[in-house]
Amino acid sequence: MYVAVKGGERAIDNAHAWLAEARRGDASVPELSLAQIREQMTLAVNRVMAEGSLHDPDLAALAIKQARGDLIEAIFLIRAYRTTLPRFGHSLPLETSAMAVSRRVSATFKDAPGGQVLGPTFDYTHRLLDFALAAEGEAPQAPQAAPLAERTPHIAEFLDAEGLLQSEPEGAETPSDLTREPLAFPADRALRLQALARADEGFTLSLAYSTQRGYGRNHPFVGELRVGLVTVEAEIPELGFAVEIGEVELTECETVNQFAGSRTEPPQFTRGYGLTLGHCERKAISMALVDRAMRWKELGEDDVGAPAQDEEFVLSHCDNIQATGFLEHIKLPHYVDFQAELELIRQLRREAEEAAGTDARAQAGAQAAKEAAE
Amino acid sequence: MTAQTAARTPTRADPDYNFAYLDEQTKRMIRRALLKAVAIPGYQVPFASREMPMPYGWGTGGVQVTAAALTPEDTLKVIDQGADDTTNAVSIRKFFQRVAGVAVTEATAEATLIQTRHRIPETPLTEGQILVYQVPIPEPLRFLEPRETETRKMHALEEYGLMHVKLYEDIARHGHIATAYAYPVKVEGRYVMDPSPIPKFDNPKMSNSPALQLFGAGREQRIYAIPPWTEVVSLDFEDHPFDPGGAKEACALCDARGVYLDEVIVDDAGGRMFVCSDTDHCRTRREAGHVGASAPASQGACA
Repeated sequence: MYVAVKGGERAIDNAHAWLAEARRGDASVPELSLAQIREQMTLAVNRVMAEGSLHDPDLAALAIKQARGDLIEAIFLIRAYRTTLPRFGHSLPLETSAMAVSRRVSATFKDAPGGQVLGPTFDYTHRLLDFALAAEGEAPQAPQAAPLAERTPHIAEFLDAEGLLQSEPEGAETPSDLTREPLAFPADRALRLQALARADEGFTLSLAYSTQRGYGRNHPFVGELRVGLVTVEAEIPELGFAVEIGEVELTECETVNQFAGSRTEPPQFTRGYGLTLGHCERKAISMALVDRAMRWKELGEDDVGAPAQDEEFVLSHCDNIQATGFLEHIKLPHYVDFQAELELIRQLRREAEEAAGTDARAQAGAQAAKEAAE
Repeated sequence: MTAQTAARTPTRADPDYNFAYLDEQTKRMIRRALLKAVAIPGYQVPFASREMPMPYGWGTGGVQVTAAALTPEDTLKVIDQGADDTTNAVSIRKFFQRVAGVAVTEATAEATLIQTRHRIPETPLTEGQILVYQVPIPEPLRFLEPRETETRKMHALEEYGLMHVKLYEDIARHGHIATAYAYPVKVEGRYVMDPSPIPKFDNPKMSNSPALQLFGAGREQRIYAIPPWTEVVSLDFEDHPFDPGGAKEACALCDARGVYLDEVIVDDAGGRMFVCSDTDHCRTRREAGHVGASAPASQGACA
């Protein structure tokens, strides 16, 4: 006997209770604290802040805990929270050349003012599982050096001074805000960079990789990759001057790309730019490559039809919260549309069968007539 | 009136959130988009969709439109697949009970605002009611031309030849227009519009409806509308007129005919039955004494 499906409300409540229990796991194992996540899962926290577009390590840690370690889910929690926050104002543009760098490498110059600083990197680790870590209780100490006294100039400045690098136009106007206005095409570079800064790391990585393999190749060198703290300043209307309101960790990548030059411009290098909240190297480099690929029109390059060159394709699909939402929504009930399809396909099959039957009868009739005539 | 149909009275809204969740500036922005949409029936108005506390694809567009249109005096009904008790309908209704504290109902006639996914209620809507549709892909031309820059031009130039070619190709290949839901319509003789994934069976209900119909697509950042008493025509050809289709069977519970039915598999031997997709309509009929072929002996068992 069929009874109309009821009880959605109870099912949801129970599902949430089960989720909470599953989140905690074995209760005999100590619970993770937010401080533990913030301090020991820093790169996960950084990714959540970068793609969630909100700098708050404690909230990012909470989101990771609540999401059971699913980073896209954590990013979603942060984004949903971010929407509810009032806007007090805007900071002044961040001065990344005044960054207190913890890592700064250049692939184009062996040495430059400020030097190469490897910093806390996986780059030259051997990827061998460290079973000593499983034992816990370690608190390794790294040797200390005196902090760099002087400013660490951007590598690009040196090329710029020689006129070898395409100079970027000064932009004084307030860039449009992706989170406050609907995205429209064509999108200017500021908007594209905004979208890429919060874009999914995996998607950005794969697109960047595709340009390296030939789909819109633009031959990048990492001119500079730097990670460090930058002060955030805001102008307070009542005071009439800017005050420091805090500092954030950023990753910045500038690529130096080839450019053949044109009739009007001598050959010079061009650049791609990547900037993320927190320490997110892979993302910042990927962003710079994709940024450069999308600049083909402005630099007079050919549209070779590569996905990374196509701003509408890239910007419409780079947001993982949009992507995962739409992808996963197909598990919601679709009984009604499916029923409509079911009826249609049955009708089409019935008509096809009837038509086949008519053909067969007609053929049999013709055969019989032919035999009778013979 | 049973406990089920009685409008659940307003609850206290969660004081941690603004009425209906969104801040007033955001609601204002959405209302401006809604006004533009009403002024240009069937035209997709871009709006700065916000990240909502439910995922894109779950009805964030509809939720934002509802939040912007809702007043404390409203009575809200939420349906998904025609039913008030599908999980996502329950979830959205609970959301608005929490953040707006409005009265809710399952009875179509009692509701002042109905948010829906994939269906239009069987009970005819009346003047003053608002029907809010959740829309996944607002662009009817999207699957013919994936670029927004192109489709916007096509709408501006009223260049809908591609759509007619597609429908014609369906007829050439299948003998029918092979679109069963999200069947494209033309609004007031101008814009071709996606009616959201409602079955084409529901398309005729959109035309000249006394109710205001609003469409919200959150992820795609678009709002569009059909004002009351607006002509909505399903695209067709003179020699292949639009056919809304529909089941020949009657509802196994309430014996209704001419309504949209869900097919339910009842055993593993190919047994199936057809029941109303609109649960409110079905229950109202059963309470009025209509009995279908497979109705449970006791109505009370159906809680």
